[in-house]
Parts: sequence; C-alpha cells; structure tokens
Amino acid sequence: MRYISNTPAQQREMLARIGVGSIEDLLSRVPTKARLSRPLNLPAAMAESDLVRHLRALSALNANADDYACFLGAGSYDHSVPSPINHLISRGEFFTAYTPYQPEASQGTLRSIFEYQSMMAELTGMDVANASLYDGASSVAEAALMAHAVTERNAIVLSKGLNPLYRQVVETYCEGPGIRLKSAPIGDGATDLDALRKAVGSQTAAVVIQHPNFFGCLEDVKAAADIAHAQGALLVVVADPVNLGLLTPPGALGADLVVGEGQGLGVPMSFGGPNLGVFAAKQELVRRIPGRLVGATVDLDGQRGFVLTLQTREQHIRREKATSNICTNVALCALMATIYVSIMGKVGIRKVGELSTAKAHYAAETFAKIPGVRVRFTAPFFKEFTLALPKSPERVAKRLMKEKILAGVPLKAFDRAQKDCLLVAVTEKRTRSEIDAYAAALAAAVA
Amino acid sequence: MRTAKPGYDKLIFELSCPGRHAHSLPECDVPVSDPAQLLPKEHLRAAPAELPEVSEVDVVRHYSRLSQMNYGVDTHFYPLGSCTMKYNPKINEDMARLAGFARLHPLTPEAAAQGALRLMDELSRDLAEVSGMDHVSLQPAAGAQGEMAGVLMIRAYHLARGERRTKVLIPDSAHGTNPASTALAGYSVVELRSEENGDVDLLDLERHLSDDVAAFMITQPNTLGLFESKIHQITEMCHAKGVQVYMDGANFNAILGITRPGDLGFDVCHFNLHKTFTTPHGGGGPGAGPVGIKEHLAPFLPTPVVVKDGDEYAFDWNRPQSIGKLQAFWGNFGMLVRAWTYIRTMGPDGLRAVSDNAVLNANYILKRLEGDYDRSAPGPCMHECVVSARRQKKLGVTATDIAKRLLDLGFYAPTTYFPLIVEEALMIEPTETESKETLDEFCDAMIQIAREARDNPQLIHDAPVTTPVRRLDQTAAARQPRLKWTPQAK
Repeated sequence: MRYISNTPAQQREMLARIGVGSIEDLLSRVPTKARLSRPLNLPAAMAESDLVRHLRALSALNANADDYACFLGAGSYDHSVPSPINHLISRGEFFTAYTPYQPEASQGTLRSIFEYQSMMAELTGMDVANASLYDGASSVAEAALMAHAVTERNAIVLSKGLNPLYRQVVETYCEGPGIRLKSAPIGDGATDLDALRKAVGSQTAAVVIQHPNFFGCLEDVKAAADIAHAQGALLVVVADPVNLGLLTPPGALGADLVVGEGQGLGVPMSFGGPNLGVFAAKQELVRRIPGRLVGATVDLDGQRGFVLTLQTREQHIRREKATSNICTNVALCALMATIYVSIMGKVGIRKVGELSTAKAHYAAETFAKIPGVRVRFTAPFFKEFTLALPKSPERVAKRLMKEKILAGVPLKAFDRAQKDCLLVAVTEKRTRSEIDAYAAALAAAVA
Repeated sequence: MRTAKPGYDKLIFELSCPGRHAHSLPECDVPVSDPAQLLPKEHLRAAPAELPEVSEVDVVRHYSRLSQMNYGVDTHFYPLGSCTMKYNPKINEDMARLAGFARLHPLTPEAAAQGALRLMDELSRDLAEVSGMDHVSLQPAAGAQGEMAGVLMIRAYHLARGERRTKVLIPDSAHGTNPASTALAGYSVVELRSEENGDVDLLDLERHLSDDVAAFMITQPNTLGLFESKIHQITEMCHAKGVQVYMDGANFNAILGITRPGDLGFDVCHFNLHKTFTTPHGGGGPGAGPVGIKEHLAPFLPTPVVVKDGDEYAFDWNRPQSIGKLQAFWGNFGMLVRAWTYIRTMGPDGLRAVSDNAVLNANYILKRLEGDYDRSAPGPCMHECVVSARRQKKLGVTATDIAKRLLDLGFYAPTTYFPLIVEEALMIEPTETESKETLDEFCDAMIQIAREARDNPQLIHDAPVTTPVRRLDQTAAARQPRLKWTPQAK
C-alpha cells in the first residue's frame, strides 16, 4: 500500500487526537445493514514488476501502429506526435492539477488554454473557440443542442457524409430534448446539394456537414452555408483541425460553428480515447457556447493574467439551465494540441496537410491500377479515400494484416450501400515503400 | 504592496520569429507533392494560418515555465473537496503509454485488439464488484456524461414499461452537473430541501414522490461528507413508487470495501476514475465516468458492449433498446488502463485501506480545525469535511480570502462556496495519500489564517502575493471577453 503515507503509529496518534478508538468508530453513520461483510472479491495486489510483465503481454496482443503500417482513419489518425509533447505534458504541475478554479495558482494551465483557444480560432477561421469538449462526436452533439437553443427550432439536418459514429452520438444527445434529425444523402462522394436544399426548412435549426466528409471527400461548404442561411438555420461544419493548415478555414466559407476531432494534433490514438473535442463559434454566439472559456484580464497591479470566464453559462452556476452539463473536459489533450501546433508552427502544419494529401493521392492512384480495384467516388478527396474492392473488404484487410498492414476500415458496418468498400487513410507518416507494399499485397489479395 | 513574483509573461505567439521552426517532417517521397495539382484551388487556404514560428528550445522552455506557474498534486497539497486530488501513481503512466495501448487504433479488427478488450472487460467486472452493480459501461468520458447516460437509461426503462414520467428529484446540496445532466435527458428538475447536515429530508421526499417522478438522484456520502444513514429507507420509499435511485459517485473514495451502492438499493451509479481510481486530472481532464447499473437496466446500456465468448472478446452492437453511443469510440481507454493498473496495484485490502485512511485524514482535519472554524454538521465525517468561515466573515474575511491566503502559505485551496447550503463553505478533502505531517502543516496554516483574520486581516485581503499574479479582475474579463490572442492584445 505504497500510496498511503500514514504509518500505523501515526494512525493511532490521529485517532487519539480525534478521540476515538478505531477507524471503525468513524464509520458509525454507516448502518450495519449497509456494511459489506466480506472483502471485495478482486484479484490480490500485484508487485510492480509482475504487473508490468502482465500488461506488456496483454498489450502485445494488440496490433498497434508501431508494428503495423496504419491506414486506418474514420475519426482517429496516425499522425506523427513530436517527442516534446509527452515530456512537457508529463510535468506534474500540468498533469496533476485540476480545473483552474484558483487562477492565481493555475496560470500555467490558463495560459496554455488561452493559447489553445487562439490556435483553434485561427485554424477554423472562427472568432472564438472553447477550452475543449470530450471528443469530435460529442462536440457535434453539443453544436446540435446549441443550434436548437439559439434558433428555437426543432430539427437538425445531418449530411450522410457525417461520420456515422458521430451521428449515433448526436441521436443520443437529441433524445432528451426531442430534437428531430433529418438526413441529406450524398451523391458522388459529397453531399447532394439539391437534396439538402429540400431537407432544410423553416424549422431547421442547423445543417451539419463534415468536411472532408466520412468518405474522405471535400464538400462545397459555401453552398451548404447558403442553403442553411437562406432558411435562417446555422451551418455547423465538422472539420479535423490538423487538415486546416492547408484547407480553407470553414469560417471563411460561412460556417457558424466549427466542431470536430482534434486527436490528429498530437494526441495518441489510444484505442479511441481520450480524444479532443474542438468547438469554435462566431462572436455573436459566444454567450451560448458550451464548456469552459479562458479570458485575458489584469490583476490588482495591472499585470496581465488569465481566468475562467463567462461562467454563468456553466452547470456549477446555472445548474439545470446551463448551456451544457459538461464539467471535466480534456484539458491535457488540449495542451498536447497546443504544444503540437507550436512545434509544427505556421509552416509545419501546412506541410502535414500537403504530405498527407500527396501520399493519399499517390496511394489511391497506385491502388486503382490493380484490376478490379477502384476509387469509389469521383469527388475530390483529401487524406482519406474510399476504395471499392472486388472481394470482401473484411477478408482483404485480414489478409493484409499478415503483411503487417492495417489496410483500412471496411464500410459494411457503417453504410450497407458501401459494403464492398474500404476506407483508407494516409497520413504524412506513411512512406512510399509502405504504400507500394500495400499495393503489392492488395493485388495478391484480390487476384 | 507589490510582492508577487516578477513573472514570466509570454504567450507562445509572442515568441514567434519568422523563419524559425521546430518540426521534423519527412521529405515528400511520392511524385506529385504540390497540392494545387491535386485539389481544386478553392479548397486551399489563401494565406497560411497565423501560428507561432518557434524553435524546439522555445517550445520546451515556454511550456516548462508555464508549468511552473501551476500548483499540482505532485508539488502541493491540493485539498479540493469533491475532486479527490490524490497522488497519481507513475506506473499508471508507463502502462498507459505501452505501444500496444497508446498506439492502438480504435477500429483495429477485434481479433487484433484482444488485449484491449480483455482489459476493458476486466475493469468493468472489477467496478461492478466494487459497486455491487450488475453491469458497468466504460464509455462515458467523465462524470457528467456518466450521469447523462444513467438518466437516459432510466428514461428508456420507464418508456419501455409504457410510463411517461417527467420529473427527477435532486437535493439542493447536489453538484451542478446533476440538474444539468438531468435537464439534458429531457426531465424537469425538482429541487428538494436537505436537512441542515445534508441528509435527505424524508418528509419532503415523501411529499414529492409520485408516479410522475422518474428518479431520485443523490450523492452518497452527501456533499457535506456525511454518510446518508437512512439510505435503505430512502431507496425503499422510492422503489415503492416506481422511482429509480441514482447515486452520484463523486464521493466513492469514502466507501471502497465498506459499503456498495448496489447493496444499498441504488439502481444506477457512476464512477469518476479521475477521482477514486487515480487517473490524473490533467488541468481539467480528461477523466472517465463509467456508469454501473442493475440488471433491469441492462437492455439500455450504451453500445457497443464488450462481451466474452469463450476466450474471445468482442463488441456487441446488436442491442435494440440501447440508449446509443456517447462518444465516437469506446470510452477514454487511456484512463481505463490507468484505473486497471491502480486496482491491480492495490488489491482488495489496499482499496479498503484507501477509504479507511481517507476517512481518518478528513476527521483529523475536522478535529484540528473545529476550534477555529464552524463545523457544518456534528459527528464524524467520511472522506471530506465542510467547515464554514461564517465566524471569519463577521471579521470581513470570506471563504475566498482564506483560499487566497492558503495559496501564499503553500497550499492549493479547498473547494469554496460549495455545497450551496453551507454559508461561506470550505470543503476540504485530504485523500488517503497525504501524511499526518502534511495535514498538520495545512491545519497550522488554516489556524494561522483564523488568527490573522482577527489580528491582521489586511494580510489576508492582500493575498496572494507569492503567486505569479495577484487577484485577478473577473468582472472585467466577463464584461469584455478577450478569448484569444491578437497582436494588439498585450
């Protein structure tokens, strides 16, 4: 029990000071009937060396991106994570602090969040970003709730290009408030704009469009904005901020809210969590934003300092009338992203996008030369694309695992219409030789 | 008086120097590298994002210096009530960073992620044992999302029985997330008055129970740090009216191996792995908020559910009555690895010792402070104690002032002004990991402050002076929000 500091002698001393004979005496308010009369039925304590051996063996059962060339995406990406991130976030002053309720003793956290908000606002092209939400999916859900509250309208139109896993989370969050969800189908890879126009009406609170979408294709964000705004609805753009070093920021295309998954900004994939929910908005919506916001101010001596601000939006003040129930967010992941963006900088973040898109296009072109294999959609794509295969994608993916390649995400479980497809993601980390090896293995697998 | 440390006052943007960089990216090894040849022009940024241009040394020094402007558990006693700021074991971090966990993609085929699925299955079984619940979903990202999931399961349960209940009862002593999560699940919130010591007022509860009430949501031990002794009576009263009983598990650190919510009659409870199970708080998250339920709520669990078939683990998606998904993927897996590591490190006896020592430490503080501060309730407390600074307030010194003075004396502050039912509340949670020596130093400081309130209140009003900044103007920050850096902002 090395994490308990008091010795038995100290415990006795403390009990004597309290004036009781035993710890049992302190538990007098717990009725006998309520007491657990046996020890917890859990495995016995393990020594550190045994525990490490055990978990190393358990972790070795997992096909991880150090041992495999990872072409999996669909919301989690194998972008590079620069070394300083882990060193810096591991500093106990960051790592073991909590929500900066005492700002004078939390300026490190507050400053880093202020930097994070600034970076996300800049990348998304929006006026303001919050201090983070749980993940991309819950950020979309919060955007839907916020649009419902702001417009006092009851329907949300979701593009079928939205990650289906995100859609499921939006459904969960919209159940309680009774918000109706409608769909706009995709055409040749991108949202069908005519169908979108028909789906949007006077009761539409928001249009939600992912760009690049789930299938990897680029959307006409401006056209979607025009359609939403013509009916007085908000446009919510779901974007991956690591892509926005190269892509036109959605804020410049008419987005009212930009949300998305920030995991690509230096956060480990970690089997899907913790992730980083990004949430950015136009200035006029600032007082309706969910979650924490850090603002600049001055101290008694006029020196610059930072505080949590506009807290009357939040649950600890406003309770059932809060803009969201969120309390704990993912501040440490936001710190990872802040350090990542600092390291990549103005030039590097663009280069990540350039390399990812260049390698993705090389991969798509190379794979499409294999007989029977084709790129499913003609709409332009970014770092991810949908590959139609002549054989079962599940079996092809299984076969490529033997070559130490995680080939992509079979789409059958996400969209039955694409059951012959594999979703392939290519980050800047993938090499030409990995892509060529993939092509050779794919050719053999579908032959 | 100006004694605050002459601080570091840079933002990373202000270190920027055109042409400097810290990245190391591979050269393009494919034939076409120019994005203008690959993507339609309108999709490409007209101008680069205005981001810092700094070196790796700049980055490392900047964030190291920012870290030094924080108090954390690793550097300071952090008695923040309701947050369980215990020591975060280093081995947890090593385990979460094993490549097989940290570098695992969430959509890796299940057959190639068996180690991760097994760990999840074991952790959910362990938490079920600790809580006396029948099933535990690991998916909620934090306590508030666990609450939402729990209340949505209750809602689905009632609806499946053809009952449209519309209200949830919540005591006035509850955490703010309780009413917020409940409202999000589509219920109207009815606030119940607590007795002075935070106990449920049984008469008031009886008056409010009806067949329109879906659930009663309480914190056990309550937010004054007291165990709700009449809990069996409460759960029986609720169940007699078909009302589900939800336990906010924020205070689980008090009851490990002592009592179990499932045995007390609770239908749902959530855990905060970042409180009880030592995952780091990270400056505000990430956490993890698994939710435990009784068998009758099992059909409504979030999807997917990890199932074991022989020696194989898999996700079960085929759950037609499920409330659906809460996150894109399966939960904050990195936090789950840490919590699993902690539970295996401690074992059953170790976990019981955690709560015993947490209770001992809180009572020791309460005893030492009761001469100088008003207790919020008589009798022993559980893992945290709430005292009131109403005596000091009469001298013009508030709970906030005391918190600020503590910062100067080398301690983070207790939670202040919560629970709402205690005037000038100071909520102190020492946790089991602190030693008697630390508790004594803290109590000495608190007693010193009480003396200063009488003898030299100006000292307290000026505090803090040893921190990187002095008291900050919150009003100005909210009146004209400046929420991002601009070149003119300085």
